Amino acid sequence: MEWTAIVMQLFTGLSLGMLYVLLALGLSIIFGLLTVVNFAHGAMYMWGAFAGAATIAITGNFWLALVISPLVIGGYGLIIERGLIRPLYGRDINYPLLLTFGLQFIMIEIIRIFWGTSDQPFSAPASLSMPLEIFGVFYFPSYRLFLIGITVVICIVLWIFLEKTNLGLVIRAGTRDPLMVRALGIDMRRIWWLVFGIGSALAGIAGVLAAPIRSVFPEMGIAMLVECFVVVVVGGMGSLKGAILSGIIMGEASSITTLFYPQMADIVIFLVMAVVLLIRPSGLFGKAGLLE
Amino acid sequence: MSSNRKITRRAFLKKTGVMGGMVAFGGFHTPKQSFAQTKEPFKVGFPIPLTGPYGTEAKDQQAGAELAVAEINAKGGVLGRKVEIIVRDDKLKADEGARRAKELIESEKVELLSGNLAAHVQLATNEQAKLHGIPYVSVSQSNEITQRPDNSIYTYHEALDPHMTTQAVGEYVAKNFGKRWYFLTSDYAYGWQMTDGFIRRGKEFGAISVGETKHPLGTSDYSAYMPRILTANPDVLFLDNFGKDQINSVKLATSFGLKKKMQIVCPILLMSSRLGGGEEAFDGVIGGVSFYWELNHSTSKEFVKAFQKINGRPPIDYAGYAYSGVKELLSGFNRAGSLDPVALAQAIEGRTYDNYKGKQWWRPCDHQSQQDVFIIKSKKAKAEYDVFEIIATVPGEGERLLRTCVEVGQNPNAPIRSGLIKK
Amino acid sequence: MIGRLTMKETGIGETFGLGNRELRVEKVGWWQRLVELVSRNPLVFIFIFFIIFPFVVPYKALATQIIIWGLFALGYNVCLGYTGMLSFGHAAYFGIGAYTAGIVLIRLWQNIWFSLLCGLLMGGITAFILGYLCIKRRGIYFAMLTLAFAQLLYFVGFQWVDLTGGDNGLRNIPAVPLSIFGLSINIYTPLRFYFFVLVFVASSLLAINRILQSPFGHVLQAVRENDQRAKSCGYETSNVRWMAFVISGAISGLAGGLYALYLHFVGIESLYWTTSGQVVMMTLLGGMGSFIGPFIGAGVFLYIEDTLSVITPNWMIFLGPVFVLCVLFFPAGIWGTIKDLSTRRRK
Repeated sequence: MEWTAIVMQLFTGLSLGMLYVLLALGLSIIFGLLTVVNFAHGAMYMWGAFAGAATIAITGNFWLALVISPLVIGGYGLIIERGLIRPLYGRDINYPLLLTFGLQFIMIEIIRIFWGTSDQPFSAPASLSMPLEIFGVFYFPSYRLFLIGITVVICIVLWIFLEKTNLGLVIRAGTRDPLMVRALGIDMRRIWWLVFGIGSALAGIAGVLAAPIRSVFPEMGIAMLVECFVVVVVGGMGSLKGAILSGIIMGEASSITTLFYPQMADIVIFLVMAVVLLIRPSGLFGKAGLLE
Repeated sequence: MSSNRKITRRAFLKKTGVMGGMVAFGGFHTPKQSFAQTKEPFKVGFPIPLTGPYGTEAKDQQAGAELAVAEINAKGGVLGRKVEIIVRDDKLKADEGARRAKELIESEKVELLSGNLAAHVQLATNEQAKLHGIPYVSVSQSNEITQRPDNSIYTYHEALDPHMTTQAVGEYVAKNFGKRWYFLTSDYAYGWQMTDGFIRRGKEFGAISVGETKHPLGTSDYSAYMPRILTANPDVLFLDNFGKDQINSVKLATSFGLKKKMQIVCPILLMSSRLGGGEEAFDGVIGGVSFYWELNHSTSKEFVKAFQKINGRPPIDYAGYAYSGVKELLSGFNRAGSLDPVALAQAIEGRTYDNYKGKQWWRPCDHQSQQDVFIIKSKKAKAEYDVFEIIATVPGEGERLLRTCVEVGQNPNAPIRSGLIKK
Repeated sequence: MIGRLTMKETGIGETFGLGNRELRVEKVGWWQRLVELVSRNPLVFIFIFFIIFPFVVPYKALATQIIIWGLFALGYNVCLGYTGMLSFGHAAYFGIGAYTAGIVLIRLWQNIWFSLLCGLLMGGITAFILGYLCIKRRGIYFAMLTLAFAQLLYFVGFQWVDLTGGDNGLRNIPAVPLSIFGLSINIYTPLRFYFFVLVFVASSLLAINRILQSPFGHVLQAVRENDQRAKSCGYETSNVRWMAFVISGAISGLAGGLYALYLHFVGIESLYWTTSGQVVMMTLLGGMGSFIGPFIGAGVFLYIEDTLSVITPNWMIFLGPVFVLCVLFFPAGIWGTIKDLSTRRRK
């Protein structure tokens, strides 16, 4: 096989991995701080795509959709946390999982009712539709390069937020020792609320970014959700480093498998997860004992 | 427990109680129309994938079937009984299809079944139909339904199957384009059958397969497959997938600039895919179809006109299948003069008819409807639905597109009678 | 019983378990007495109810469907309700049970008892193998591992077309008459098939009841309540949980086998994670940790789905909120809440 094909495949795997990274980050950050497994994450991703489609339908501006979508979905996340999830704190750890599990069906159905069941057309902006020449050797769709780029930017922004701001400090502390933070007098509930919103916003922006390269339809989040869980579990639930690394690994694994044995591409991430969990039970960077 | 919560709970219980009551009393059967009729209505069960990705196609199936029912009712119904069509959602799942069929047969007492879009759902519904001795007319593609052991005296197949499609489209492509063929195949029965069919057909004309890649059903990102395709350097790229997969793979192929190097062929070009994917992505793509509304033929024009009048849009191929299939079976009962399955079979087998697209013929050995296939090419739309042009007609006459009776496990010299239940 | 004797502790006595106590005689409503009676003798009432059940629902095939899924939920309940493990991959056992029963009937031996036995055994064996791999983890990791393995099995089933029919499903399962005491009975009319399934459901209920009453059952409860404590009492808790998992898998396999006979067909979706999700929803809806709960859950879910599907394809918009509300306000499920309400003291 020509090396150009392999390099191209690696690039493709990277762009696929970027979507996983965005979704895994959101899921992991919610889990790390709230110990809530957000089963509605896939549905939020889907809503993000639809919010983007709606914005484009009204304004015709992709960049605006990129801004509006995470805001809308983030806001929605804030409402959900406050109204539906907060009452469940203090109960068994499975309850928020089950609640969000049911919630996703409602979210899917709402979209079906208002938008119908078929695909929404969604094109990348013209500026990003041309294939770009890489090293003069092969062509690669510029949108995917954009996807890689913007995910890196988001990760950097997130890192700065967590490492360099006071709020970020509180969040990181809250992940490690929530009791202590509360003992210091900080109201964790507010922080949880905010973090859930951030996680949802990440899902939303992943949806918009995915829309031009994948179809936009009500069930688009279902398969993505399962894959996203696998990525997070492999990375270690609650670990952001793990989410990023795992996302990239899974994207590449899927892409390379496609090159050699395409039918296995769907299943390879499950195999990787099974192997990783059997060797390192808490994932690559997960903390043992978390949510046992 | 604070008293606040208690009140909320109680109020809640009341509300759910009311809602539950409403559901229970609201009635779960579709409201039976009261008409002064001496005979009971003749019910047709029609489970279709209303939810899921093919909701649009399903609605067209329903519209086509309803048109047929209306036409039959206008002429006096079936054996003097008014025909009613009962639509259900099969959710594109096989076990749901089977459950719906059970419900329709046991609860609604339907005497004819049709509908279903996906091949695996058809087969499940067919199972139930065979079990209870109810005729089932399949109005969507499937290779297995006309084969042993799925086939039976109760089973009828109005639509094309992958074999016919590949025979027709393969022939056209082999005659008009290069001989190096590459296949991007959706990894399930439909995809496999299309690819196998094309390879076989291509061989007859000297075409060779320079590569076959299977992709999982529902793949959204096809970029991983592009390098292999480009390296293989084919003349023709066959996208043996359906619906959403088709849209995504066509879009991707376009964005990777594949159209400059090869001809893209889809075995079945759906209008909804074309509308969903857009003219840019589909421009220049060719494919096969059983029917396109701009077909220049007398019965087609009548059908399109009648359909458009009621539904405000032209019919897609699935509407045509449903229309013709249901009409054939209902009129078959009338010609048979009874509900006896053997009499029905005799009234249909060997019949030549033209409901909406040209000459069709019911082959007796397997109840497959022989028909022509049209090759269409996507073009820039001049009007909302004017998205294809018919560039060729591949005739189905003389069983040239069908598998032989022996190939499907049936006796070429006798009509199919297997599975007959003694009632 | 005119009323119920209750004791209420008041004052600082509450804190120390001593002190002033009030004796009261509470008047108990008739429905509370009924609920108490039923929860004391669940099996008797279940049997009575099930005998009249097919005549209560719109059509008999729905009743059959409900008790088959109820059986599946019952098996799942052994895992979730009685052992406290949230598994998201039970479709594996259900699906394998279904495929095994079907394949046995088509290829091996046209005997209903044998095919169902095989379905049950395969469900148990699969749970044995997968359980071994998963049981060491707890919580969300356990759930994800079970999901992963179930998806792997789905993939294998999808690709192994010769055995399973792939995505077209396993078709043409013969309608084999039941041979018993030398007679050959056709069980495939709706009502007969319902009672046929009921026999298996009843047997499973009795079996589970025995198991739960046994010492093993008590250890199971102990493990669920407090794993560490049970360990410190000397019980090998992971083995206990493993055994429960196997039992759960076997019953799910039996339910799967019955489903295959019911539809004469096995769809590939029976191995997909949405099937797992559905049984989770049913168990939660009905109430975990009881016999009646899973059947109520299955009944409510399937009845609402069936009834509403006819009216609108968007029936989930009704069921979804019901489920969410259940999680929020009635975590004990329908039956659990009914029991709670009936035993709540009046202030």
